[in-house]
Amino acid sequence: MSVYFNEMMEKGAVRGPYSQLQDWVAQMPAELRNLKQAEAEALFRRIGITFAVYGEGGDPDRLIPFDMFPRVFSGQEWSRLERGIKQRARALNAFLADVYSRGEIVRAGRIPSRLVYLNEAYEKAVAGIRPPKGVFSHIVGIDLVRTGPDDFFVLEDNCRTPSGVSYMLENREIMMRMFPELFNANRIQPVEAYPEILRRTLASVAPAKCDGEPNVVILTPGHFNSAYYEHSFLADMMGVELVEGQDLFVEGEFCWMRTTEGPRKVDVIYRRIDDAFLDPLCFRPDSMLGVPGLMDVYRSGGVSICSAPGAGVADDKAVYTFVPEMIRFYLGEEPILQNVPTWQCAKADDCKYVLENLGELVVKEVHGSGGYGMLVGPKSTKEQIELFRHKIEADPDNYIAQPTLALSTVPSFVEEGVAPRHVDLRPYCLVGERIELVPGGLTRVALREGSLVVNSSQGGGVKDTWVLAE
Amino acid sequence: MLSRTADNLFWLARYMERAETAARLLEVGARIAMLPNSEQGYRNEWEALLHAGGSYDAFAAKYGDPVQRNIESHLFFDYENPSSVASCITRARENGRIVRTALTTQVWDALNTAFQELRQIEREARSDQSLSRLIDWTRRHCATVRGAIESTLLRNDGWDFLNIGYNLERADSTARLLDVKYYVLLPHADFVGSGLDNYQWRTLLRAMSLHRAFHWAYGGDITAHKIAHFLILNPQTPRGLVPCVEALNLHLDRLARYYRRPTQAQNAARNMMARMFETSTESVFEEGLHEFLTRFIGEIADLGARVHEVYLSGDVK
Repeated sequence: MSVYFNEMMEKGAVRGPYSQLQDWVAQMPAELRNLKQAEAEALFRRIGITFAVYGEGGDPDRLIPFDMFPRVFSGQEWSRLERGIKQRARALNAFLADVYSRGEIVRAGRIPSRLVYLNEAYEKAVAGIRPPKGVFSHIVGIDLVRTGPDDFFVLEDNCRTPSGVSYMLENREIMMRMFPELFNANRIQPVEAYPEILRRTLASVAPAKCDGEPNVVILTPGHFNSAYYEHSFLADMMGVELVEGQDLFVEGEFCWMRTTEGPRKVDVIYRRIDDAFLDPLCFRPDSMLGVPGLMDVYRSGGVSICSAPGAGVADDKAVYTFVPEMIRFYLGEEPILQNVPTWQCAKADDCKYVLENLGELVVKEVHGSGGYGMLVGPKSTKEQIELFRHKIEADPDNYIAQPTLALSTVPSFVEEGVAPRHVDLRPYCLVGERIELVPGGLTRVALREGSLVVNSSQGGGVKDTWVLAE
Repeated sequence: MLSRTADNLFWLARYMERAETAARLLEVGARIAMLPNSEQGYRNEWEALLHAGGSYDAFAAKYGDPVQRNIESHLFFDYENPSSVASCITRARENGRIVRTALTTQVWDALNTAFQELRQIEREARSDQSLSRLIDWTRRHCATVRGAIESTLLRNDGWDFLNIGYNLERADSTARLLDVKYYVLLPHADFVGSGLDNYQWRTLLRAMSLHRAFHWAYGGDITAHKIAHFLILNPQTPRGLVPCVEALNLHLDRLARYYRRPTQAQNAARNMMARMFETSTESVFEEGLHEFLTRFIGEIADLGARVHEVYLSGDVK
């Protein structure tokens, strides 16, 4: 029990950032709590924020449980995280710019060329292109876990189209509406500027051919997508059009959108669809979601695509292990945030170790996400472990393993009252002309007792995440 | 505005209006069926309603006998019937979800609440649901959505597309309801002016929430001429044909001004209005009410096609 770092309580005393919350929770009778919880749920349902985070699938009208107990960082804790996150975002972008041009890091032998150039996510179609400001990944979501007061680990990077940011914003709105007194008592840094900064970031990478105010749009796969709410929410907050592939077409050197007044030029596309679906002429010919000819316009500098096609090569789970190396190679700095030690089953020695210690490790598929295709050794039965042994032996390249981390806990409202539950954190770093990070992120919480899996499909919920002003 | 967004708004409005029409059809049917002495009992009236809604064949294939319970299922609950209340509200809400950014919170709230409550109604036992409750429920939510649109939405092009959708659908539905009464419910000339005839007219007016208005406006006995004037030509009748055509003109003119581009649709609506002004009750009956309405329904469909062509299709150059 006590092996887990509790972010609120340390050695029986309340840690600083949480000092105001002790009384708040003590003074809240159970009836009021239930009332507030019901109110929060009604609010979520009414605004229609029903989706699965991170493309976990399922019923698009499903609600993700919202836990009202906030997660709090001191200004000091945050400033270190902020430096670490920005450093990582810079290095990841430098890596992308490099591997799509000269590939210095590969030539220098710091990363195996096979991992880069034979990677499924490496897009040959963009090799040699330098996007505006040299930025490939404009929104970098970095998943972090904590194991002690100063111990943060990066679990994975998301360089393509990390989702969930609408939760960060809506959770805050709902907390402010329900508990205004908490915001008077604590100096909580606002996150509401995110959409504005995102718009500015996207506009800052408009192509050189664009004169005047850039026309920014969000490209969504459509309203059946589980993250559609987020797409429309962001479009609304940024005041930009939410388009589908069918709304766009290519003519001449530019991409246009169909409006009631005729065609209007599009300068920056924040796409929330995968590379493979962007342009049927370049990628998947059967895709109905994309825009035929879009890549030609992109290559000739008629439109910007955010994140750039091919950005996924930087967030692959096998490439992940080399991010600290990237930071040293491109920035000449030591990584501020640590990676989780990772064994790659593709390597014979690592594989042997993994197979011998399956009971203690977390095993993941290299391309998997959403908490599926994953083995949490200490929480699994003998049968499950044996099943994974066979899977790994059959296709070692497809698996990595990490130690089971002692994920920190934050008090959460559960049926019996308040109890610690494990959490992770996803902040959203914006990269354009400048690198910016709003003070906050999405905290996911494993609401099942003892569970270390925070994915909503596996009983996870979300919390408001506070960063206190210094 | 994206053509697709305009299209979604247009259909959002059409579906809401269509849901209301389904409820009104149910009301007409329920009331007429309560009258004991109609020619072939309930059967005749309910069939007529299905003809009016344009879903008779689909109904007959699925349910067979037009007994009230089946009609209720068909017009309210059945997702296989694209014009049922459940289908229309679900699709209106789906269209709304797609264009969330073009709606105010209040409009979305109204749409979403209707949808969530519909889900609730579907879970309840059918025996707990009286027809009048379902009809009232539908009307109330249609009114809430309409009210939210009118009181909170910016008067921009999106508002025009919503109103074009509402008025096209409404003109079509009033014309059909009128037609079903005159042409289908009462096929024999000797019924005209009979007690049954008057009862049916009153029911029709009631279903359009217009029976009191009618008496205020006209007084005296209900006659076919008065009703035709009231529902077709009177510029004051909320669901009348002339006010719908006027509204279509208003909104198409606004769009043309807003976009600084005259359109075919605008011309078609103007011509339609001009013809309506030349129409009198006498000329309607001279042409034949059914013939007049059939022609009108055709013109409305044609206008809808033009709106699609010039604004919604995305092929505008």
